[in-house]
Amino acid sequence: MPRPLQEINAGSMADIAFLLLIFFLVATTMDVDSGLSRLLPPMPEENQVDEDTQIKERNVFVVLINKDDLLFVEKEVVDIDQLKNLTKDFFLNPLDKPNLSEKRSMEVDLFGNVMVSKGVISLQNDIGTSYGKYIAVQNELTAAVSEMRNTVCMQKFGRKFDDLNPLIETENRVIEAVKKVIPMAISEAEPKQIGGK
Amino acid sequence: MSKFKKKTSKGLKAIGTASLPDIVFMLLFFFMVTTVMRDTSLKVMIKVPSATEIKKLEKKSLVSYIYVGRPQTGLQKIYGTEPRIQLNDQFASSDDIRDFISSEREQMEESEQKQMTVSLKIDEKTKMLIVNSIKTELRKASALKINYSSRKRVSENPA
Repeated sequence: MPRPLQEINAGSMADIAFLLLIFFLVATTMDVDSGLSRLLPPMPEENQVDEDTQIKERNVFVVLINKDDLLFVEKEVVDIDQLKNLTKDFFLNPLDKPNLSEKRSMEVDLFGNVMVSKGVISLQNDIGTSYGKYIAVQNELTAAVSEMRNTVCMQKFGRKFDDLNPLIETENRVIEAVKKVIPMAISEAEPKQIGGK
Repeated sequence: MSKFKKKTSKGLKAIGTASLPDIVFMLLFFFMVTTVMRDTSLKVMIKVPSATEIKKLEKKSLVSYIYVGRPQTGLQKIYGTEPRIQLNDQFASSDDIRDFISSEREQMEESEQKQMTVSLKIDEKTKMLIVNSIKTELRKASALKINYSSRKRVSENPA
């Protein structure tokens, strides 16, 4: 005669689940990793000709941070709040001033013939510059570029650049085109030891 | 009078706990799914700088981390207070970065190796001397996609 099936006591199930829950609570890191993305230039090959000499001086936007975290733009001390607008002026150069960047006409997909700035940002820092300041400056430069991209994209396509999804092919085409019109040209020189340590 | 007495005579009714395991399990599954295990214990103190133009890092399996900061207070007697580089679980010098990158690369699938990103978690008070030597090493190791890890800053104006 089979014994009647005994029911397993499930009262302690909650305790076991709690135990596991607490383990996962402790082991969890919730922070999403985020930050400024950059692409480093590849190491120059040994017998490569230095191309930097070919860039005209007016096309180089010199941003320098010295060892005391002072910010110099084109050899003048400026506050970091101004950096974004200075950068935008340099690239867009709406009045075609001779001391700001030159433009050349270029054939870009979806845009046709457009004027593209020849400007390059040269970001220099001292070995004594603090990383926090360096990131703050990088952030402002990125902000300037993304604002310009947003404006161009808004004028041409009526949408913000940031809202475009690179996974959709038509939108990706727009992204690539806008990137060509407003390139992110930041060149980082090897740091010099300007002042003492 | 009898209105009030009625209740006390019955005694407190226990709340049913039968559904408690279900609730706990629900929470448990939530945390199990969202969990990313801490695979390294930090030996350096890091307060990453803040920025507004940040992008989220996709695909954690493609990301390697380099930590730079001052050693934690307990370790300062041995390692000093100068900022140090930490790779995996130990302190390292910038010369070790190339080996670190190649070993990280080997752990990835071949098709994904090109998308490898190095996240630099660097304390904001660190001097650029260290940062630059890391960047040079990364260039030599041709790990060119990097991400300067930073916090989201809410206000428009930088501090």
